[in-house]
Amino acid sequence: MKIVVALSHVPDTATKIKIAQDRKNIDPSGVSFIINPYDEFAIEEALRTKEKFGGEVIAVTYGNDSAKESIRKALAMGVDKGILIKGDLNVDSLTVAEALASEISQLNTDIVFCGKQSVDYDSSAVGQMLAEFLNFPSISTVVKLEIEDGKVKAEREVEGGIEKVESSLPIVITAQKGLNEPRYASLKGIMAAKSKPIEEKTFDASNNRLVVNELKLPESKRKSKIVGTDASAVPELVKLLREEAKVI
Amino acid sequence: MSIKILVFLEQRNGEIKKQSLEAARKGFKLSKDLQGGVTGVVVGDNISNIEIVSEHGLEKVIHFKHPKLSNYSSTAYSKLIADFVKENNFNLLLFSHTAMGKDLAPIIAAKLKAGYGADCTSIEVKDGQLVFERPIYAGKALMNFSLNSEVKVLSIRPNTVSLTEDGFKVNLNVETKEVSEDSLDLRSVVTAYEKSEGKLDVAEADIIISGGRGMKGPENFYLLEEIAQLLGGAVGASRAVVDAGWRPHSEQVGQTGKTVSPKLYIACGISGAIQHLAGMSSAKCIVAINKDKDAPIFQIADYGIVGDVLEILPVLKEELKKYVS
Repeated sequence: MKIVVALSHVPDTATKIKIAQDRKNIDPSGVSFIINPYDEFAIEEALRTKEKFGGEVIAVTYGNDSAKESIRKALAMGVDKGILIKGDLNVDSLTVAEALASEISQLNTDIVFCGKQSVDYDSSAVGQMLAEFLNFPSISTVVKLEIEDGKVKAEREVEGGIEKVESSLPIVITAQKGLNEPRYASLKGIMAAKSKPIEEKTFDASNNRLVVNELKLPESKRKSKIVGTDASAVPELVKLLREEAKVI
Repeated sequence: MSIKILVFLEQRNGEIKKQSLEAARKGFKLSKDLQGGVTGVVVGDNISNIEIVSEHGLEKVIHFKHPKLSNYSSTAYSKLIADFVKENNFNLLLFSHTAMGKDLAPIIAAKLKAGYGADCTSIEVKDGQLVFERPIYAGKALMNFSLNSEVKVLSIRPNTVSLTEDGFKVNLNVETKEVSEDSLDLRSVVTAYEKSEGKLDVAEADIIISGGRGMKGPENFYLLEEIAQLLGGAVGASRAVVDAGWRPHSEQVGQTGKTVSPKLYIACGISGAIQHLAGMSSAKCIVAINKDKDAPIFQIADYGIVGDVLEILPVLKEELKKYVS
């Protein structure tokens, strides 16, 4: 089976965000980048799919040279090869999906795995858009997946429960936490990754439709009032919630 | 060019969801500000509460109807709506950023090659132009942006539009379009919806009471469940306790869990890692209970009690009982 996993290279979730001088980007100084946490579930599911059906797993990323770190990590986990599509980073989800589709459409792919969202821009959009450009169906936010005889059965997380979805290959699946337990790269895997190929491509991102006017930090207007230091403060707290905040 | 707004009305089990009414109100307001029109679209079989939209500014609703559309199908829904948008030249599409909305809106944006802004907390008209705002990095920063495409697709964060303001009552006209089965793209279909143990989801709750490591163990979460039940709210959890297996991932609030904006958020024994704060800092009122007076959670809380949650929660339950039946 030809399996693709689309990766995103993002600031570590522990990062404290600072706005850059131009007010349109984040200040990258001191920010460490990681593989998008949801993409680790996508990689794991891609590897399990290969272990079951045979074939090849290719990691595709849209980004700049530093994104190679995340591709290397995927290769160390067991992915066979990587493709880095280089282009302008200040682009919308649609442009990223177009860039990914431009390469993936040439790979004769059976299944594409993505994380359900990247933890930088949080749009939860690229996977579904990519599917549309490939003319595949998609199932997003998947917590359980079964593939048999070209049929796909999945469970996706929705408000207050799960939806059972049926579809067929080829397809795009976006992974939610809970789908699996991602493996750690073995020392052997890390060594092997060094000699696995990363192909480089470029993409003209001039079609971008989203214009950032300004980034800002949220203002906190919290009172931060300490009502008391043990259970004796409870009546006062409940009074404040009823009379001042009026939330109960 | 004048503005033509289409609002997607989400239904589950034939009932229009509350979050869609927020999108309807936003659409009505923008149509007034920009002197344009607004239409609603619902895809499904029978809809039991369609009249409700007349309270929320929609005069016209198109209902694409077929028994096979009663459950969500991303392929069928997206094709019907995208074709309808093209035929009628709508140029602003509004969705709610729910599980269905955030799945469907990007597919339609891709079909229309339209710019997409997800999870907007503000949509405004400034100097005759639409400007949007959305949280990024799970709310650690806000992005103010515009879309330069002819058609614009936006999803609105739930709980950000008031449903109680007056002035949205209109006369409703529903046009039902019976869809023929062979025109349906049913490559992907939902076959069943399974509710998780009748519990309210943190993403939909007005009141959330969350527990962290300070709860000491999974056996103490009943304290939170009792209060949640009393207040008609939901139980949430920090990543630490989900990773420890004390609570299911569906309850996790934060950057790799759910982003929530309830009316009241009570954080119990949660110190307030930056990833957790990102997921709940847009709550209207935040209460923190923690034994460490220097815990970061107190800095973003409105009210705090420094102390042992296991001692405080039973007292809180009894006190709340006096006011809530």
